[in-house]
Amino acid sequence: MAGGIKKFVVGSFDDEAILFPAVKNVRKAGYKIYDVYTPFPVHGLDHALGIRETSLHTAGFIYAITGTTTALGFMSWIFTKDWPLNIGGKPHFALPAWIPITFELTVLFSAVGMVLTFCYLCNLAPFVKKHHFHPRATDDLFVMAIECSDKTDDAAVQSFLQNAGAKEINVQVAETGWWIGRYDKEQKLYRDEKGY
Amino acid sequence: MSLLKYESQQREPLVDGDKNYHQITEDIIGPIEAKPTRLWYIGFWISVALLIFGGYSVYREVTYGIGQWNLNKTIGWGWDITNFVWWVGIGHAGTLISAILLLFRQGWRTGVNRAAEAMTIFAVMCAGQFPIWHMGRVWMAFFVMPYPNTRGPLWVNFNSPLLWDVFAISTYFTVSLLFWYSGLLPDFATVRDRAKTKFRKMMYGVAAFGWTGSTKHWQRHESLSLVLAGLSTPLVLSVHTIVSFDFATSVIPGWHTTIFPPYFVAGAIFSGFAMVQTLLIVVRKVMNLQDYITMGHIEAMNKVIVLTGSIVGCAYLTELFIAWYGQNTYEGWAFFENRANIMSPYGWSYWLMMFCNVVSPQLFWSRKLRRNITVTFFMSIIVNIGMWYERFVIIVTSVYRDFLPSSWSTYYSPSIWEIGFYLGTFGLFFTCFFLFAKYFPVIAVAEIKSILKTSGENYKAKMTDIEKSDAEKFYVEKVEHAH
Repeated sequence: MAGGIKKFVVGSFDDEAILFPAVKNVRKAGYKIYDVYTPFPVHGLDHALGIRETSLHTAGFIYAITGTTTALGFMSWIFTKDWPLNIGGKPHFALPAWIPITFELTVLFSAVGMVLTFCYLCNLAPFVKKHHFHPRATDDLFVMAIECSDKTDDAAVQSFLQNAGAKEINVQVAETGWWIGRYDKEQKLYRDEKGY
Repeated sequence: MSLLKYESQQREPLVDGDKNYHQITEDIIGPIEAKPTRLWYIGFWISVALLIFGGYSVYREVTYGIGQWNLNKTIGWGWDITNFVWWVGIGHAGTLISAILLLFRQGWRTGVNRAAEAMTIFAVMCAGQFPIWHMGRVWMAFFVMPYPNTRGPLWVNFNSPLLWDVFAISTYFTVSLLFWYSGLLPDFATVRDRAKTKFRKMMYGVAAFGWTGSTKHWQRHESLSLVLAGLSTPLVLSVHTIVSFDFATSVIPGWHTTIFPPYFVAGAIFSGFAMVQTLLIVVRKVMNLQDYITMGHIEAMNKVIVLTGSIVGCAYLTELFIAWYGQNTYEGWAFFENRANIMSPYGWSYWLMMFCNVVSPQLFWSRKLRRNITVTFFMSIIVNIGMWYERFVIIVTSVYRDFLPSSWSTYYSPSIWEIGFYLGTFGLFFTCFFLFAKYFPVIAVAEIKSILKTSGENYKAKMTDIEKSDAEKFYVEKVEHAH
């Protein structure tokens, strides 16, 4: 959900080779980087920002074994307890014949579970809207948003970003988090209520 | 850590021309924003017409029963299952390209994976039609689902390969769709953020799920893609394996062979890549994407075609050898009389298959022919004809002569509605593909951007100097060592 309004100093870089040292220097100077928005996955940027490794793959593993046990448990219960069928006098507990379905359900549970978890963690869904600091963040700019507190001197941050090589610098007051909305419509949120 | 990336000059550039990030967006998203061309409309409406004809053929089949098809007493599976296996086979290339080549870190995959995955999804949709409508009483189709019911509950037979098929194909479709769509999210966001019209902003806004490009989201996205690739790799191999079990677990001479799973998988990749070639050779020309789907991409896919084609050829010969070596009368009859004897009623189809699948792809040992667009295009069509005949040969020549000579049905030819159904799936496939080519980014924009600085032609040109001076020293000191 919408997380309230904050003030940001936003710097846009046009080259990831300039972005990396900038990230390092901004962090060293003690400013708080809210996020960096990039048009493609820049390898190593998560480490540079000090973001911890994701555990999404662990979730995937848990979903996978859930699928395995569901398939095996269900088929064993049906064919040995609930309704044992005599198929050519073969054993009711026919493990080798169940391997294909067990495998498929393992993959299915893991894939579906992981994608849903991914969407949940990243707040991704149809009709979800978020604040975008720069429309070209999905095209060719690397957009760094620095979060300001009451004590932050905006001008100092701006000149700092200037020295770090940012091409476009501005100050934005923005809604954090997400809300239900459409991209073709402007939204009236807390910003208007609080009179910014 | 320096961000200078280095790639050997020995490798061909994956992106030609003088590109930067913005240019890539322009080149790939541009066609979405332009009005469709005349050619697009013509192609689209032809596809829709085929789809309607297919719909009518299916209507006749549902209304009057399977008798609308010329299936008969011994040929219970004819064109329908042939088409099913053919479409599923075609549906193998996309996931192979996006999953297996991702795990193998093949950079060239980035240019073709989006379109190939789309092709996979549409092909599997077409494939699914055949077993469903072949049920005859299609309104009973939900019986294949294991759910508690009032008939006992009488469950489905989990030991049956036909049920494995239900699970394999529905799982394959779902996972491919998720993989494809999760990759599309960032690209939809790109379209959304540069959209000029309100309608486009809304539609792509909904489709992009509110993607922002946050570093944390990218990190999770990368992890998701990698694990989905890891899951899809055995999945793609399992699907055609399970389809081959439909035949291999039976006791019909000609079907009852243990070589089927690997042979089917190789054949599926073979035909899938051929279909990717057919589509992409047209797409790159019409949409002007030659810089992204380069000669190098086409050559790489032709290499896969010659490899898998040779595996398939090897399997054909192994089958023949085993039929002789096994000295089983019925098996020998199925292979040497029903198939390899060119004078037998279906002998022609066997030799047509042999020519298309085994002989013709051998031309691709020549580098010159691999890099020839016209040859590649014709070859891709020949291969798909050959692969259709492979399934036809396996199915029809194994069943048209029963154990009981009085029930032999030596000539089976499809009815117009059987053909119409097949054409209808072409309509479905191409209708979807035309819509995809117009409204979706046909190349993974974000992925191309991520390889631009290592594999773009203009960036590679700058590396020549580095290579000349002292590549070894430069590499050790400066280059980022990608994991």
